[in-house]
Amino acid sequence: MEQLIQKLKEEIIDALNLSEMNPEQIDDKAPLFIDGLGLDSIDALELTVLLEKKYGLRISTAEEGKKVLYSVRSMAEFITANGKA
Amino acid sequence: MSDRVFVTGIGVISALGFDIDETASALQKSKSGIGRISLFDTVYKEEIPVAEVKASNIELAERAQVKQDGLFSRTSLLGLIAARQALSQAQVRDFAGTRTGLISATTTGGMDRSERFFKEYLKNNRRGRLRDIVTHDCGNSTEIIAKQTGIRDYVTTISTACSSSANAILLGARLVQNGMLDRVLAGGVDALTLFTLNGFNSLMILDRNGCKPFDEERNGLTLGEGAGFLMIESESLAKKQGKTILGEVKGYGNACDAHHQTASSPEGNGAYLSMEKALITAGLKPAMIDYINAHGTGTKNNDLSEGIAIKRLFQDSVPAFSSTKAYTGHTLGAAGAIEAVFCIMALQHQWLYPNLNFRQTMKELGFSPVASFQHHVPVRYIMSNSFGFGGNNTSIIFSGC
Amino acid sequence: MEAFIDGISAISPQKTLDGSVFLQELQEYKGVHALKCIEPPYSDFLDPMASRRMSRIVKMGACAAMKCLKEASLENPGAIITGTGLGCIEDTEKFLTSLYTNEEKLLNPTPFIQSTHNTVAAAIALMLKCNSYNNTYVHRGFSFESALLDGLMLLHEGTAERVLVGGLDELTNHSFAITNRLGFWKRQPIDSLRLLEYKSKGSLAGEGVAFFALNREKSEKTIAMIRSIDTIFNPGTPAETERRLSVFVEKAAGGMGKLDLIVLGMNGDPEMDEVYRHLVNTLFGLVPCAYFKHLCGEYDTASSFALYLAAAILKEQKVPEAIRLDKRSIGQIKNILVYNHVRNSNHSMFVVSAC
Repeated sequence: MEQLIQKLKEEIIDALNLSEMNPEQIDDKAPLFIDGLGLDSIDALELTVLLEKKYGLRISTAEEGKKVLYSVRSMAEFITANGKA
Repeated sequence: MSDRVFVTGIGVISALGFDIDETASALQKSKSGIGRISLFDTVYKEEIPVAEVKASNIELAERAQVKQDGLFSRTSLLGLIAARQALSQAQVRDFAGTRTGLISATTTGGMDRSERFFKEYLKNNRRGRLRDIVTHDCGNSTEIIAKQTGIRDYVTTISTACSSSANAILLGARLVQNGMLDRVLAGGVDALTLFTLNGFNSLMILDRNGCKPFDEERNGLTLGEGAGFLMIESESLAKKQGKTILGEVKGYGNACDAHHQTASSPEGNGAYLSMEKALITAGLKPAMIDYINAHGTGTKNNDLSEGIAIKRLFQDSVPAFSSTKAYTGHTLGAAGAIEAVFCIMALQHQWLYPNLNFRQTMKELGFSPVASFQHHVPVRYIMSNSFGFGGNNTSIIFSGC
Repeated sequence: MEAFIDGISAISPQKTLDGSVFLQELQEYKGVHALKCIEPPYSDFLDPMASRRMSRIVKMGACAAMKCLKEASLENPGAIITGTGLGCIEDTEKFLTSLYTNEEKLLNPTPFIQSTHNTVAAAIALMLKCNSYNNTYVHRGFSFESALLDGLMLLHEGTAERVLVGGLDELTNHSFAITNRLGFWKRQPIDSLRLLEYKSKGSLAGEGVAFFALNREKSEKTIAMIRSIDTIFNPGTPAETERRLSVFVEKAAGGMGKLDLIVLGMNGDPEMDEVYRHLVNTLFGLVPCAYFKHLCGEYDTASSFALYLAAAILKEQKVPEAIRLDKRSIGQIKNILVYNHVRNSNHSMFVVSAC
């Protein structure tokens, strides 16, 4: 899990072009959107593309998206639960 | 800044039809133009509905009265057809002695051809037919319309995403009021392209079943294509030439939501401001508006934000309103102008348009759009909303004469 | 219609970001087909989180706009208006490329969103939280001119007190390769400052961004004023251009005799430069002439660079030798005419004056 989280952080930094950031600065459990990392709806779309491209996982509804993309940890749990880790 | 600005001609082409008469008939019959994609090959052919103008470029060239020699983008052809209609209705035959301008608007210009060029070019940068790329820029279709119609005194093109052609009408009215021009042919055009289809699809906002603006269960927009043009003239010129006046550009406002690149603010700030500015320039109170032709794309975000802005501004007197995008699809850079044409038609005939595909009131709003086509409704003032990416919001008020 | 210019800022192939050295240290580029902008360290101007998605043109635009507003001490402009011939082409190309390579599947939305022509005007509004009027013009060689006219009208109408107007265009590898196939550029590599010495067909490709803070009233920040602007679409003959220009200069400056300098859009293509040469030999008489496209290259909104240059000349009262077309004596510079055309179809003119 920890390995996956580390890898995900690097992928997120790359996909969202957060070039001023390093993985250590991202808190696993902190919300990615608004309050925490300050991401927005376009980033959410980019992360949805990332999950499908790199892990073959599809988010089907907006509600599911909110849960899965809550934090790096929730993304990692979603990947693990679907056996794609 | 004293001269009033009158509309003396309108022209339209969309999935509803090739001219005003066909459009009027489809509107009255509540007949939507949404259907399957036939214009180009795409993996989404069976999956995503669109509202196409049902004609090949060869047929369009004939209607546009030009030779289809492969030098025109679909955008230019659509634009030229609507532009000629507006000029003809306004009985503009020559340009001597009056200062006439052309302001067109488009979001992707000649992308219908350049995307074909780029496909070949990507394989090998010596490939791709150059005649497919020279029509790419947004100015191309405008200059073709200018050359074909003979308009020369002022020519420009606006691109502010989905509010583009509303801004063209706004600028046209101001150029006339400032005494820079006597009359302006103002409008906009966009053709359906693989580029825009995939673009909006990547935003995950294309409704797989056709758009349902202002419905609780709405699930995105449906793309369309077409063009709309309005001939707008100064009061003095229109009266001097004894023109039949179809309506008046009474007021307008543009404001920036400045909230997010694509999303509208939850409180609908930009929309509120553009509508408020339009009322101020028109010298009208909210309660005097008889009908709002809403932007109403059918996305969760737009309809909620626009609805809340309407509620904030009109409070207890929310007028009759509807989105006509379930008829035409969202025609992007043409939407503001096509809907302006619908507004002028509504003023002429005293019509109200239904918001097709509407079933269930949005719970955040508690009010609903016009449900069915209505004749003989007293309509004096109409507000038309057009909102675009980057929070570009424009409202225009038309009045009958 | 006129307005006072309170702030100017440009990112260009010249050292314009530091306006004080620009006229002293003109950059020469040897053996090139195209000129590209000298880009600033963006982090000095833009918050990295806010600029994470911005393409090069958006960064250049946002950065120049911020600098311009700062110079004019303008926090919240009454309008943000941009002009761009081709808009955000890097992102347009990016989205098209991924559309074809990924066969329409799993496309990143960001380049599509930012391919929109009004991305820069919107980004500036977003950074400033500015709810004012916002517009973008996209008509070839009239793009910047239309933006400028709109700004002047807003001030004239009293709709706004102070406005921000800019011109912007970027050159990408693809856009260069394609326009090169169209024969727009010289085949042989050239030394930029010698642009007019080559007799071959074609010009030198370029790019740039320039912003202007315009004020209805004169202020302590005012560096120059723009008197009037006009455009001619597809003039039939050089004689028509001559007649229209003559009427324009009479109205805007009180006649050719009142001009101290004329800045021309010569681009090194003999066919395109013919109209300028005609005017130099007829209408312009003995007025000293200069040119600018050897500094910034040819692009749709190059006239915004010319306005920047004219304002800088009025401010510094200095005309570098390298931009002059003749050796006529130049005294105090009060009135400058800028006359430019793009592909002999979109002609534009404006007068900039000291005040």
